[in-house]
Amino acid sequence: MLSKNTILSEATVREQAIPANGSLNEERRSTLDNIPRTQLELRTISYRVGELTLLHNVNLSLPEAGVTAVMGFNGAGKSVLLKIMHGILTPNSGSVLWNQQPSDAIHRQAQAMVFQKPVLLKRSTKANIDFVLKQRRAHNPTLRNELLTRVGLIDKAQQPARLLSGGEQQRLALARALACNPAVLFLDEATASLDPASTAIIERIVSEQSQAGTKVIMVTHDSAQAARLAQQIIFLDSGTVVEQSDTTTFFSAPKTTAAKAYLDGRLYHPELTLEDNR
Amino acid sequence: MQESALSLAFNLIRSADPDLYEIIGLSLRVSLVSVLLSLIFGLALGATVATTSFRGRQVLSILINSLMSLPPVVVGLLVYLALSRSGPMGWLGLLYTPTAMIIAQTILITPLVAALSRQVIEDLYLEYKEQFQSFQLTKFQQINALLWDCRYSLLTVALAGLGRSLSEVGAVIIVGGNIDHLTRVMTTAIALETSKGDLPLALALGVILLTMALLINALLASLNFSAKRQAYA
Amino acid sequence: MNTILKKCLASFLLAIVAANIGNAHAEKSTVLVQSTTSTANSGLYDYLLPLFEQQHNIKVNVVAVGTGQAIRNARNCDADVLLVHAKDAEDAFVAEGFGVERFDVMYNDFVIIGPLSDPAGIRGIATVKSALQKIMDTKTLFASRGDDSGTHKKELSLWQAINLDIENVNPTWYRSTGSGMGATINTAVGLGAYTITDRATWISFKNKSDYQILFESDPILFNQYGVILVNTKQCPSVNHQAGQQFIDWLLSDEAQTKIAEFNIAGQQLFYPNAQPQPLPIKK
Repeated sequence: MLSKNTILSEATVREQAIPANGSLNEERRSTLDNIPRTQLELRTISYRVGELTLLHNVNLSLPEAGVTAVMGFNGAGKSVLLKIMHGILTPNSGSVLWNQQPSDAIHRQAQAMVFQKPVLLKRSTKANIDFVLKQRRAHNPTLRNELLTRVGLIDKAQQPARLLSGGEQQRLALARALACNPAVLFLDEATASLDPASTAIIERIVSEQSQAGTKVIMVTHDSAQAARLAQQIIFLDSGTVVEQSDTTTFFSAPKTTAAKAYLDGRLYHPELTLEDNR
Repeated sequence: MQESALSLAFNLIRSADPDLYEIIGLSLRVSLVSVLLSLIFGLALGATVATTSFRGRQVLSILINSLMSLPPVVVGLLVYLALSRSGPMGWLGLLYTPTAMIIAQTILITPLVAALSRQVIEDLYLEYKEQFQSFQLTKFQQINALLWDCRYSLLTVALAGLGRSLSEVGAVIIVGGNIDHLTRVMTTAIALETSKGDLPLALALGVILLTMALLINALLASLNFSAKRQAYA
Repeated sequence: MNTILKKCLASFLLAIVAANIGNAHAEKSTVLVQSTTSTANSGLYDYLLPLFEQQHNIKVNVVAVGTGQAIRNARNCDADVLLVHAKDAEDAFVAEGFGVERFDVMYNDFVIIGPLSDPAGIRGIATVKSALQKIMDTKTLFASRGDDSGTHKKELSLWQAINLDIENVNPTWYRSTGSGMGATINTAVGLGAYTITDRATWISFKNKSDYQILFESDPILFNQYGVILVNTKQCPSVNHQAGQQFIDWLLSDEAQTKIAEFNIAGQQLFYPNAQPQPLPIKK
């Protein structure tokens, strides 16, 4: 169990390690060019499934750049929130606004999502990326190879995607997401099932992408990861946003009981007695 | 001296009897064309039902499944009535032609292809749905992707359709008329020889028919083999 | 959903029409004959038709189904010529305007076949009615066509003459197969049952097992084949000219001689009996 201090010190180290505008060779990594800035706003979003309310009256305004981590206990509504932001779930009420405009197909086209379990097509590794590029009329073998190299899968380009290891599959899913040239990249517990080596690779790429201008919104259960990557934390509890602050503040001085319990590694439920919540 | 069906079959093939090869050729033509048409209509229907939610979807699925049980002789009768000179489509002059046989068989096999492909595609669609939505794929693009990814299961569906087609006799004998050198196929020839009491010849033709089916399946399996080596998960 | 359905239907019809274009423009004229099965299965057509086709450059397509089905198909205008062996039904066909005129072509006879052991003991009985009476009384297995064919109609008339209530007959001995002659004989042989068949089908039949003709030669069992040209007034699509040519040829001396020549292992199957025809008036 990590203490707050350990997380904080790691975060500081990380921030210092990554230079402000990156030492990336932008000529080679064309997928990192020309990424439009988008600012997301959620107004009074609610989402119900039958009798169960998963999100209630969520109001959010996210900064254009950087990485925002969405955290909370299981069932808090994090995945639902992400899917509503991305437009693959429709809220029962409220609106999603990108750059003050209501979310529509054009916005969604410039976004991509990586799920916890990678959903790869039953074809070769490179065909998975070609699929997305062709759909967007941007098919370009050079581009595809660049992406594969970025995620370290260029040697496995011909292999059936489903034969890759878990970590490799997720890296492919990420490469595929990047092929969409996204203005916003959503990650829904993308590294939750992965080994540390794969996790590190993915974190590196996410960080690079964020530096190049892609807005990253990620759900994670890994506090340390959030501390490493995110500039902003949104904490959800039982369908509402209970806390929203920058990373340092969140980890050093969480305001709500729920957040405190979470960071302490305790279970939290408002109906439990005070003693259980201590 | 009674020949066994197998040796009779072998001798028939060896003698290169032109009538036999004509019949085999027509069987292949009618079956392959009807399976092809059934795949076009059946896959389109199956994929659409699998990926679209609309009112009455459940009812349509049940209907398609039930149509797999269409009795061939009933289909033959209905197509006969439609294509008969005194029927609504008699002006086409299609009765007693291989085209009529193809129509009847396509009607029989399309529900089979639609029902089986719907199930196969639906199962994969559940897995892919969210990712497809994330990529903003059009319905057409989704169906194309699903059809390709289901290709091995769909190949089996096609073979099921081919099996039904090659073995079918009830419909083609009514709409084709089993006319010598015109609409006689393997199955109707077998029916004819049986009605003439020539059971060994009928059996021999049956052996030849089975061998045809075996060769087709073996050919397609050999194409499949290299993909299997990739341990297609 | 609807537009996809419409597109499917449209492309289906288009494909059919396209595939049929080859069929429609055949070089030869064709005659479509709806026929009973005995003439086809015995091999008579295979023997007879090539001669006509060569001489007249007309292709004869034969659909060989039971008499009942042949007549129904002809009524639906799916025939140019009808060739069956049920005189009453044929006369009705002409009387109702579907046929131009009926002509005798050839004849043979019906026989009763049964197993070598002859369980009902009909060998040597004088008349067919007595033979059937014996089968009925001993309740020996009997297989019937049951399909409204010429043979079936003949069989029913015989049972009626000996007062068998066919509606309430006991199915333990009377088995109605509802099938063609060949299938019925196969069934009879399989069951060890008696059955009535035309001589031509029996002689050419290959699954005889130990069966023999156990009754023959009663004049009542006379079996006449008739040919009719389908009437263009009822059925405009009939190939009137080619159909008439075929019938004229069938009734001609040449064809009639050929019919008499046709035999299997020396046994004659059909006996020509067309009336001499007046020469066609040249218009």
